[in-house]
Amino acid sequence: MEYAVSILLSGISLGGQFALIAIGYTMVYGILRLINFAHGDVFMVAGLMGIYLSASLPFYISLPLVIVVTVLLGFVIERVAYAPLRSAPRMSVMISAIGVSYLLQNVATYVTGGQPMTYPELPLLYDTVKVAGTPTKWAVLLTPVLVVILVLALTTLINRTKIGMAMRAVSKDFEISRLMGIKINSVISVTFIIGSALAAIGSMLFFTNYQGIYPTVGAMPGLKAFVAAVFGGIGSIPGAVIGALIIGIAETIIKGLPSAWDVSVFSDAFTFALLIVVLVFKPTGLFGEKATDKV
Amino acid sequence: MVNQTKQKKTSWIALLCVAALLLLVIILENLSAWTGVKGILAPTSQLFTVLKKAAVYSLVAVSMNLLNGFTGLFSLGQAGFMLLGAYTYAILTVPAAAKDQVYYLYGGSAIRYSVIDLLGKLFGSSGAGGAVSLILGVLIALICAGLVAALFAWLIGLPVLRLKSDYLAIATLGFAEILRAIFQWQRLGPVTNGANMIKQFPTFTSFNIKNAAGREVLRLSTFVPFLVAAACIFIIVLLINSSYGRAFKAIRDDEIAAEAMGINLFRHKQLAFVISSFFAGVGGALFAMYVANAQAKVYTSTMTYEILLIVVLGGIGSISGSCIATFLYVAASEWWLRFLDVETVLGNGFKVPLLRNGFRMVVFSVIIMIVVLFFRQGIMGDKELPDLLRRRGRQSKSAAAEETEGGHG
Amino acid sequence: MAEKNERNVLHVENVTMQFGGVVAVNNLSIDVKEHQIVALIGPNGAGKTTAFNCITGVYHPTNGLVEFLDQPIVCAHPTGKMKKAYKGEEPEKYVHRHELNPTPDQITRLGIARTFQNIRLWKSITVFENVLLAKHMRAKQNVFSATFRGNAREERRMREETMALLEEQGLDRFRDELATSLPYGLQRRLEIARALATDPTLLLLDEPAAGMNPQETQELAEFIRQTREKYNLTVFLIEHHMDLVMRISDYIYVIDFGSEIARGVRRDVQANQKVIDAYLGVAEDE
Repeated sequence: MEYAVSILLSGISLGGQFALIAIGYTMVYGILRLINFAHGDVFMVAGLMGIYLSASLPFYISLPLVIVVTVLLGFVIERVAYAPLRSAPRMSVMISAIGVSYLLQNVATYVTGGQPMTYPELPLLYDTVKVAGTPTKWAVLLTPVLVVILVLALTTLINRTKIGMAMRAVSKDFEISRLMGIKINSVISVTFIIGSALAAIGSMLFFTNYQGIYPTVGAMPGLKAFVAAVFGGIGSIPGAVIGALIIGIAETIIKGLPSAWDVSVFSDAFTFALLIVVLVFKPTGLFGEKATDKV
Repeated sequence: MVNQTKQKKTSWIALLCVAALLLLVIILENLSAWTGVKGILAPTSQLFTVLKKAAVYSLVAVSMNLLNGFTGLFSLGQAGFMLLGAYTYAILTVPAAAKDQVYYLYGGSAIRYSVIDLLGKLFGSSGAGGAVSLILGVLIALICAGLVAALFAWLIGLPVLRLKSDYLAIATLGFAEILRAIFQWQRLGPVTNGANMIKQFPTFTSFNIKNAAGREVLRLSTFVPFLVAAACIFIIVLLINSSYGRAFKAIRDDEIAAEAMGINLFRHKQLAFVISSFFAGVGGALFAMYVANAQAKVYTSTMTYEILLIVVLGGIGSISGSCIATFLYVAASEWWLRFLDVETVLGNGFKVPLLRNGFRMVVFSVIIMIVVLFFRQGIMGDKELPDLLRRRGRQSKSAAAEETEGGHG
Repeated sequence: MAEKNERNVLHVENVTMQFGGVVAVNNLSIDVKEHQIVALIGPNGAGKTTAFNCITGVYHPTNGLVEFLDQPIVCAHPTGKMKKAYKGEEPEKYVHRHELNPTPDQITRLGIARTFQNIRLWKSITVFENVLLAKHMRAKQNVFSATFRGNAREERRMREETMALLEEQGLDRFRDELATSLPYGLQRRLEIARALATDPTLLLLDEPAAGMNPQETQELAEFIRQTREKYNLTVFLIEHHMDLVMRISDYIYVIDFGSEIARGVRRDVQANQKVIDAYLGVAEDE
C-alpha cells in the first residue's frame, strides 16, 4: 500500500513535469502547426543554467534568473530560426527546429566538455518529507500543486485576456487573423515565452529528482511531453496535462514493477505503445475532437 | 515519343557516370598500394571513412526521400527500420564459431547457424569458394535485412498509415523507439545479445582480396558499400520514374484527386512505406557493416533527424540532391571541420580561441542552420542532376547565340 | 438527344447527408438514363457538391442508396449517435440492406469519373503525366514489373492512348508543361481529359463552366455534347450557369437547402415558380 502510494505520487509528479513541457509543445503546435523539436533542448539548457547560475548566485536570484534566461532563449530561437520561415512550407520550419535542437545540444557538449553535470540541491524542493512512510522530496509533492496553479493561470490568460483571445484566433485561422490585424508575431512570441517559462519551471522540478544533466537529457522528456500532447489531442492544454499525467504514472508503474520481470527497459516504449493504441482508435488524440477550441 | 528516347539516353549516361564513379572508388582506394607511394591516400585516410559512411547514409536518405519527399508521407521511423536491418544482418552472418564468444553473456546464441557457414558447406570456405559463399551469404543477409524491415513496415503500416501528417510522424517515431526497447530486452538476449553489441560478422573490410600470404592485393572495402548503395538507389530511381512513382507524386500533390482518379490511397501508401523500409533495412545492414557492430542504442530518433536533415538539405523530392547532400554532410561533419576540435597554437605563440573538443559540431550545426534558413529549397530543390545540366546546356547555348563573346572568369 | 433506351446509369434514392445537426442533402432521389446529359442545379450552398461527394465516395451519406448500372454501389443508414440525431426521412428503409461504403477509387474503377469545382490537377507533374496517370488504375502491371520495366508494352500503349487523348483535346502542345502552368480554361479541359482517361461510363462534372465567359461557355457546351457522342458517355453535371444547363441538359433537377424543389425537362423547370423564386428570380449572380 505504501509502495503503491509512493509510486502513484512520483508518477503524478513526473506526469506534472511532463505536463509543464507538454504545454509548450501543444501551444506552439496549436498556433504554428510546428512540432518544436528544440523544446526538449530548451528544457535541457534551463537545467544547465540552473547549475551554472546557482554556482555563483544565491538561489533566490539564480532561479528567477533561470526563468528569465530560458524565456529569452525561447524568444530568440523563435525570432531567429522560425520567424524568417513564416511563409515557407511546414517541413522547412520543422527542419529548422531540428537544426536548433542539434545546435543547442552541440553547444551544450562544447560548454560542458561532454561531462555529465549534477543539478544543485535546491532548498525546499530537495528536502524530503515522510509521506505514507516513504521519504519523499518536496519537489514531488509540490509539482501537482504548481501544475494546477499554472494551468489555471494559463487558461485564465487564454480565455479572459486580449492576448489570449488573439492566441485563440490565431490557432483557429492563421491567415484570417493576420488579415484581421492581429499582430501575429507578438502572439507567437508570447506563446514561446510562456512555453519556455513553463519548461524552465519544469526543469527545476524534474532535475531535482533526476540530477544528472548531459547534452541529450532533454530529448527523451521532450519527446514524451510531445507524445503527451498528441495523446491528449494536440493543441488542447487540458489534453496535454491529462496525457502527461497518464504517461508519467504509467512510466513510474512500469519502472516500479518487480525487476525479475525485466520490463523496465520498456518504460519509454510503453509510452509510445500507448500513444499508438490511442491514435489507432482516436486518430486525433483523446480530446482531439475539441480541436476547435484549441490554443 | 522523342521524349522517351531522350529519357533513355539520359539514363544511359547516368548509368555510365555511376560505373565510372565505382571504378574511381576502386582506383582511389588502391592508389597507395599500386603506386607504392606511402602517405598519399593511405587506406586509413579519413576520405575512405567518409566515403563509406556517405554511401551508406545516401541509401538511407534516398529511401527516406522516397517516402517523405515523393509520396508526401511524413514518417520518422527510419532509424527503427535500420535497426531491424542491422540486427537481421548481424544475426544471420555471425560465424557459428564466433557465436559463443559474442553471446557469452547468454551462453551462446539461440540461432546456431550462419548463412555464410551454410553456403561455405556448399562452395567451400576458403579460396574462390570462400569468396563465393561470402558474397552470396552477405547478399542473402542484406536482402533478408530488407525483407524483415519491409515486413515490419507492412505490419506497422496497417494501423499507422491511416493517420494524418504529424500524427503519422509521431506514431512512426514511436514504433522506432519501441523496436529499440524490444531489441535491448534481456529476455531476447540469446537472439539479440540484449543491450550488448553483436560483433564479428563480415564487414566491408572482409571484401578486401588477400593473396595466399595474407597480404591485401585489391582493396574493395569502399567499393562494396558504393556498389550496394548504387544498385539500391538505381532501383529506387526506376521505381520513381515508373507508373507507381507518378502515382506516389500524385498522392503527394493532391490526395483527393489521386483517389478520384482511381488510385487506391492506402495500397499505394503502404507500398511506398514498405519499399522505403526495405531499403532502410538494407541501409541499416550496411551501417552495421560500416561500424562493425550492431547495437540497438545507436538507432535513436536523433539518427532519424540527421537523415531527415540530409534529405531536406539535398532538396525534398530530389534523389541526386539527397546523394550530394549526404556526401557534403558526412564530409563536413567527419572530416573537413576536424581541425576545429584541436587546440591550436600558432607559430607566434597565439592560442587560437574557442578551438577545443566539441567546437567542430557547434560550427557544423551553425552552418546547417544557415543553410536551412537561407537555402530553403536545399541544394537541388526538386530537380535532379540531369535536369540541371540540361538546362545549363540550353541556357549557355542561347547565351552564346545572343552574345558573341560570353567570357567570364 | 434522342434517348437510346430507358436504362438507368445512375440511380440515387433517398440520399441524405447530415453533418452533426446540419442536413446538407435531404432525401435526394435522382435518375440518370443512359446517354443523357442531366444537370443538378441550385443556388450557392444548396448541397450540389455534397450530393456529388456522396455518389463518388468522398463522403459516406447518412442514409440512402446509390445504384450504378443497376448495381448498388453506396448504401447507408443512420448508425451510432446519428440514429437519434437523424433528421432526414426514411431512417428505416435501408437498415436491412447490406451497407456499402466504397472509397472514391473503387467508384472510379467502376466507371464513374469526375472533375472538381476548384480544379485539382497534380501540380508537380506534367500535363502528359496528369492524363497518363489516370490510366494507372486500369493497368495490369504490378510494382515489380513497373519498376523493372517488364510492362514496356503496356506502358507504351498507355502513352499512345494518352497522346491521342491530348491531341484530340488540343492539349498536345503543352504536354511537357507543368499542369498548373496552363491557363485556367485549359486546366478545366485537362481535368476533363484526365477524367476521360479513366475510361468512364458516367462522367460527373462539377461546375465545368465556373469562371468562363459566355463565349467559352458556349464552346464548352458544344464540347460536352461532342465528348458524349464520341465516348458514348452519360453526363451528370452540377452547374451554376443557367445558360449552359439550358443549352445541353436533357433533364434537370433543382435543389435548394439540400432538398429537391423541382425536376423536369428544360421548359418545365424554367416555368416552375418555385425555381424562379429560389434561384432564377433571386440569385442571378455573377
